[in-house]
Amino acid sequence: MKYEVPTKQGYYGKFGGKFVPEILIPALVELEAAYEATISDPGFQQEYRYHLKEFVGRPTALTFADRLTEHYGKAKIYLKREDLCHTGAHKINNTVGQVLLAIRMGKKRIIAETGAGQHGVATATVCAKFGLECIVYMGAEDMERQKLNVDRMRLLGADVRPVTSGSQTLKDATNEAIRDWVTNVHDTFYIIGSVVGPHPYPQMVRDFHRIIGIETREQLLAKEQRGPDYVLACVGGGSNAIGIFHPFIEDDNVKLIGIEAAGFGVDSGKTAATFSKGRPGILHGSMSYLLQTDEGQIELAHSVSAGLDYPGVGPEHSYLYDIGRVQYVPVTDDEAMESLKLVSRLEGIIPAIETAHAFAWLDKLMPTTSAGELVVLNCSGRGDKDMGTISKYL
Amino acid sequence: MSEKETFLPDPPPESSRLGQVFKNRRPDRKVMSLFITAGYPHPDETVDLVLGFEKAGADIIELGMPFSDPLADGPTIQHSSEVALANGITMDSIFGMVRRIREKSAIPVVLMGYINPVFSYGIERFFKQAAESGADGVILPDVPVEESGYADEYARRYGVPIICLVAPNTGDERMQLIDQKSNGFVYCVSIAGVTGTREGSEVSSSVDTFIERVNRNIKKNPVMIGFGIRNHESAMAISKKVDGFIVGSALIDNIRSHYPEKGWKDSLFEFVKELKHGKES
Repeated sequence: MKYEVPTKQGYYGKFGGKFVPEILIPALVELEAAYEATISDPGFQQEYRYHLKEFVGRPTALTFADRLTEHYGKAKIYLKREDLCHTGAHKINNTVGQVLLAIRMGKKRIIAETGAGQHGVATATVCAKFGLECIVYMGAEDMERQKLNVDRMRLLGADVRPVTSGSQTLKDATNEAIRDWVTNVHDTFYIIGSVVGPHPYPQMVRDFHRIIGIETREQLLAKEQRGPDYVLACVGGGSNAIGIFHPFIEDDNVKLIGIEAAGFGVDSGKTAATFSKGRPGILHGSMSYLLQTDEGQIELAHSVSAGLDYPGVGPEHSYLYDIGRVQYVPVTDDEAMESLKLVSRLEGIIPAIETAHAFAWLDKLMPTTSAGELVVLNCSGRGDKDMGTISKYL
Repeated sequence: MSEKETFLPDPPPESSRLGQVFKNRRPDRKVMSLFITAGYPHPDETVDLVLGFEKAGADIIELGMPFSDPLADGPTIQHSSEVALANGITMDSIFGMVRRIREKSAIPVVLMGYINPVFSYGIERFFKQAAESGADGVILPDVPVEESGYADEYARRYGVPIICLVAPNTGDERMQLIDQKSNGFVYCVSIAGVTGTREGSEVSSSVDTFIERVNRNIKKNPVMIGFGIRNHESAMAISKKVDGFIVGSALIDNIRSHYPEKGWKDSLFEFVKELKHGKES
């Protein structure tokens, strides 16, 4: 199938758009123009690729998971090792891109929101490297859960501001970052950490993460002389997933599976499974699937993983769900934690709890595969940051 | 809910309740619009507060429809929204309040809130109910003109106009477009910032140059200015060259510091009188 989204207005089918206060419209228009000019500029691409290679450590490996493959005894499993990126997760692909754009636009003050703290660390890291002021909004509850990342951000020179409104998690940190942006729009660049927010953010963040899928295709071709049958990735906002999915969307024979966090269970009332339990609505600047009450109030998400603990999902994922191109499936807290232990022992890789959700789906998927098939799983981040939570499950 | 379809024509601007307010404004007076979150501090108080505001000098009421994630609002309206939602406010209970206000008063009531609860309620159903309950307009701060296509058709069909906002960084041409799209008045956000901000950063020019640009570009609609107005003096100073001013957070702060003490309402209405007329000497 031919796949070309978003439209000029930032729509993916009915999803996306620019639902923001008037004061932000000129900033989005400026950003759109700057993004369009830079993305097609060979000089910018060269600079971006340079930093991905020399600073981030790309290309990341595509590791054959031999013992995990043996464990299931069916298709071959490969891991795209985004956990080997500098700072420990895929998030830095995007922050390198956006910070270079901010510098080109002459913005000196960078703000960001963070949930698990990985995007906050990735933003603080590039701000330190390029000498920019950095303010990170983080829910007070998440600061508790991810103390190590708070210390890392502070060590890197970022001003980490606790957010005590609402549920004190990623959703509220995003509200607070938008409030800051509204107030300081003239000199501030907002580095959004996922494929959410008003146009052009979902497109821009996707484009900066497409490198994951592009490398995967080349590497698998070199190793197996063909493409994958299945690509798996966890989905909160959906940045690592769209990064690895996007270059395969037009390949109809590649099955794409997004794994969302079911928390205590899809019907437990404590879940972050946006597709299983949500319906379309508007939050943080765009239309997408949302967890909400009958009255359209946003519901609190729950997941053991701070990075998936978000009541929405990106507009492009919402579109891919509606057209049936990507299958989205739920995995519970307990399933993810069990899988995290299994992968650690079998592969010598401690994945992030977010990533462990994708691994957990192998239990359901692998028995349906056959020996000649290839499965690629996006190992989006490493679990060091989660040791506090993991300890409780040992 | 009545099942009968009522298709009202575009109200002639000057004969509408909102139009009358601006038409009848004395040149030495400013139109005063007051914002209160529906259901704050308690759902039983909202109608009383609105009627009391009218008696104390309010010309227009903006009734806030609370939302869980009010990202253009400061801590004050975040608080009043949380309280209102905890008090069980729903879209239908808000329309009930508008009906009760309409039984007793002709003061224009403008509904103000974020798009998601409206979208969730059903956009057509929302505008139909707004018309039937007697609301005079709708302000959706997170729906810029690019996205207002969702609502424009129903706003026209049911005769409940959409009131649009301009900000200090809105360009001249865009202001003219917003003026065309808006009906009733144009809401002029005086500073870059969230509601209740005491001092915001200026985007590129002083408030005076901004207002001068507003007056040059907004021709069709009256202009109301809001954000950061806390007393009569600041209201007079900032609205000197426009039709009127809007106060919200300062009222909620006043309620927050006195409710539920005895006499909280009297001191609130006294504050409203002072907002309009200044301190009686």
